[in-house]
Amino acid sequence: MKDHRKPAKVCMTNCPTLIVMVGLPARGKTYISKKLTRYLNWIGVPTKEFNVGQYRRDLVKKYKSFEFFLPDNEEGLKIRKQCALAALSDVRQYLSEENGHVAVFDATNTTRERRETIYKFGEENGYKTFFVESVCVDPEVIAANIVQVKLGSPDYVDCSNDEATEDFMKRIECYKNSYETLDENLDKDLSYIKIMDVGRSYLVNRVMDHIQSRIVYYLMNIHVTPRSIYLCRHGESELNLKGRIGGDPGLSVRGKEFAKSLAQFINEQNIKDLKVWTSQMKRTIQTAEALGVPYEQWKVLNEIDAGVCEEMTYEEIQENYPLEFALRDQDKYRYRYPKGESYEDLVQRLEPVIMELERQENVLVICHQAVMRCLLAYFLDKPAECRCGPVERRSLEDGTQPPIAAAPRQQPFLQHLSTEQQLGP
Amino acid sequence: MPFRKACGPQLANSPTVIVMVGLPARGKTYISKKLTRYLNWIGVPTKVFNVGEYRREAVKHYSSYDFFRPDNEEAMKVRRQCALAALRDVKLYLTEEAGQIAVFDATNTTRERRGMILNFAKENGFKVFFIESVCNDPNVVASNVMEVKLSSPDYRDCNSTDAMEDFMKRINCYQASYQPLDPDDYDRELSLIKVIDVGRRFLVNRVQDHIQSRIVYYLMNIHVQPRTIYLCRHGESEFNLKGKIGGDSGLSNRGKKFAQALNKFVEEQNLKDLKVWTSQLKRTIQTAEALQLPYEQWKALNEIDAGVCEEMTYEEIRDQHPEEFALRDQDKYYYRYPSGESYQDLVQRLEPVIMELERQENVLVICHQAVMRCLLAYFLDKSADEMPYLKCPLHTVLKLTPVAYGCRVESISLNIEAVNTHRERPEEAKKGPNPLMRRNSVTPLASPEPIKKPRINSFEEHVAVSSALPGCVPQEVPTQLPGQNMNNSQKPS
Repeated sequence: MKDHRKPAKVCMTNCPTLIVMVGLPARGKTYISKKLTRYLNWIGVPTKEFNVGQYRRDLVKKYKSFEFFLPDNEEGLKIRKQCALAALSDVRQYLSEENGHVAVFDATNTTRERRETIYKFGEENGYKTFFVESVCVDPEVIAANIVQVKLGSPDYVDCSNDEATEDFMKRIECYKNSYETLDENLDKDLSYIKIMDVGRSYLVNRVMDHIQSRIVYYLMNIHVTPRSIYLCRHGESELNLKGRIGGDPGLSVRGKEFAKSLAQFINEQNIKDLKVWTSQMKRTIQTAEALGVPYEQWKVLNEIDAGVCEEMTYEEIQENYPLEFALRDQDKYRYRYPKGESYEDLVQRLEPVIMELERQENVLVICHQAVMRCLLAYFLDKPAECRCGPVERRSLEDGTQPPIAAAPRQQPFLQHLSTEQQLGP
Repeated sequence: MPFRKACGPQLANSPTVIVMVGLPARGKTYISKKLTRYLNWIGVPTKVFNVGEYRREAVKHYSSYDFFRPDNEEAMKVRRQCALAALRDVKLYLTEEAGQIAVFDATNTTRERRGMILNFAKENGFKVFFIESVCNDPNVVASNVMEVKLSSPDYRDCNSTDAMEDFMKRINCYQASYQPLDPDDYDRELSLIKVIDVGRRFLVNRVQDHIQSRIVYYLMNIHVQPRTIYLCRHGESEFNLKGKIGGDSGLSNRGKKFAQALNKFVEEQNLKDLKVWTSQLKRTIQTAEALQLPYEQWKALNEIDAGVCEEMTYEEIRDQHPEEFALRDQDKYYYRYPSGESYQDLVQRLEPVIMELERQENVLVICHQAVMRCLLAYFLDKSADEMPYLKCPLHTVLKLTPVAYGCRVESISLNIEAVNTHRERPEEAKKGPNPLMRRNSVTPLASPEPIKKPRINSFEEHVAVSSALPGCVPQEVPTQLPGQNMNNSQKPS
């Protein structure tokens, strides 16, 4: 049986990488950690975040007040150090025993002493360490962060919003006196990026390798301006009607109707400066044409190339390529159609689309089923196995013919994702 | 079906002026040229305007560093005129010659000068992006001077020691008035990147758009370590022998011999840490196997997809798809095989390979004819027009070494016979009005030749006349056909 797995395109990491977040509370460290983790996993780099606050919540069942964080609270300090060490121990397990490539250590890490401890830990275990510091002094941004994510924290489940805000501000104060920001001279040998004022400016020091360079590029392209991303497929196509995959058909009658309703829907949404993207296949272009607005065509948004199976129905594939058909069911993500592509290949070619989507604000992407699944998997943080949609299990061993299912006639559907849904818990 | 709009993500709406900043011998021209080469290759029309060259045109003979002394009023006047003349040409390029990015290569070390440029850009609706190179390591500076200054036309009649001494004094002339970019305070609102100590550190402020983000990414990935890149094709394949294109065949006997010869060649090169890259097609993998070194397989390095013509010979294509065959000869760069790819598509998929090649040091890339042509066009600054006809014969290794502002290339044949797969540009193929331009495409351009400046006789002749600019012309498809930018540079003043 052919092995359809191929080695990763670039040796992204030789040794594992430990990303260390740095910054006062409410500076977006966890937001960055989660987003970065989601991106790295999507491009195929096994990554996991370790949030020390979570360890603290598990250990100290009930949060009382900011006093826990006072710099002279010996008991508190002891517990917090314990939690950090427990998290690091799990980091070691993940990177050295569980085949993780990147661990994101999400905590304030505001003192040089703490950072040295972590750096030594990295060295001892053969990890490369990369610091990501978020610096922000704009009180409005901080207040907005608190409202968005802190008030809903388990720490403040029994408090009113005002009480919670007041306590949290005092919590931040506890860290301020001992905060040692990454310094141009004292930390000149460390690898790090300092993000200032939510991405207005960046300081990047000693990027060591490919993965760090990609991380820096990603961090420099994301933003927090509220916006919406709309994903949809082209209108129903002539080949959809015939149950055939791939090809470059035009829209069916119902597909054209969909294009018109899409135009109406978009108008009603009243979106400011909406960008519209399509693939270079007729069916997405025809759909976009109905909108009457400029649109950009991306070849990389073209549907997955089914190679020798292009324009066949699933039944024909099963008949002509039974082995391929079964193989695909076994590992739909990595399975590559002969002379075609796999979902894994798709992710690689869609990466620039994701990067540009991060840079943009309001965007409507009119694409195709497999492509849309990959994009959606990025936004909804779906692992590889779940990116390929439902898998129909067919057995060849049993002699009976499985019922012939016409390729599902899916009505093109719309999914509307808001920024809130992107953020996750 | 009507075309819509620009190439890929809207790479640039308004034209951009990139302004280099830094003392002499800090790598400004190196960065300018390299960045320009990259931007043109990915299809963004870009051109360098080096004020030093304007000065050499205006002042035919360079006498000494005295010209650059801050109290030399006459010279200051000339230098300012040169800067203005260059800006005049920047405006022409960006507003009338379909240029997208102009790289203004000069020291630009004072706030006053940068202020003037910002005003100029504002008047004309251009975006401005500053690239400052800061370096205080005397070894780096001395090494730069040796590599590119001693051979400058300015020092044509000097010996190395005198030249070095004069140049160091020249640098001193700038030092007192140098006001580095200050993104924390004075220059808070500017879009800029400060490159510190040859890329050890970067400070980035207010990246405005996609192209600036790509520029920053590129600058953060390039380095100046000496290294060598080797490009070659797989050994001769079974399909090569039959004259068939594409497919996924294995090596012929001669191809296997080549793989052995390549192994020997690599050993003789005695390189430290050679990375080996192949495509995911059998023939490159089999070639790499003979090297007994670890290698990485990139799908992006696969040969151009010939779609419906895969596995056919050129005769078969001519018989069965005569129209396609003719179309391809008319415009080989833009032509996309039905259900396949064009050279233009190749460039887009090879961009991450180029980026990673920039990051790496010694690399051997075992690939395919069209792919190798694309990569070579990047390193040797060849336009889209030339790219599909670059000679990349089987069983020949191209050795690329960075030198001064460019790339030296050595062609090494390993003396194993192979068929010739190269098709020359047909004489009779007439270039039509380009019906094949595809949307969402990148059009590699070669960096344009520097403009030959007429002698500046008086300040008045060259006062920039600011005409009312009709706002930025949105770019439909690139209005310049590849290969034409060479001719546009000879504009009368």
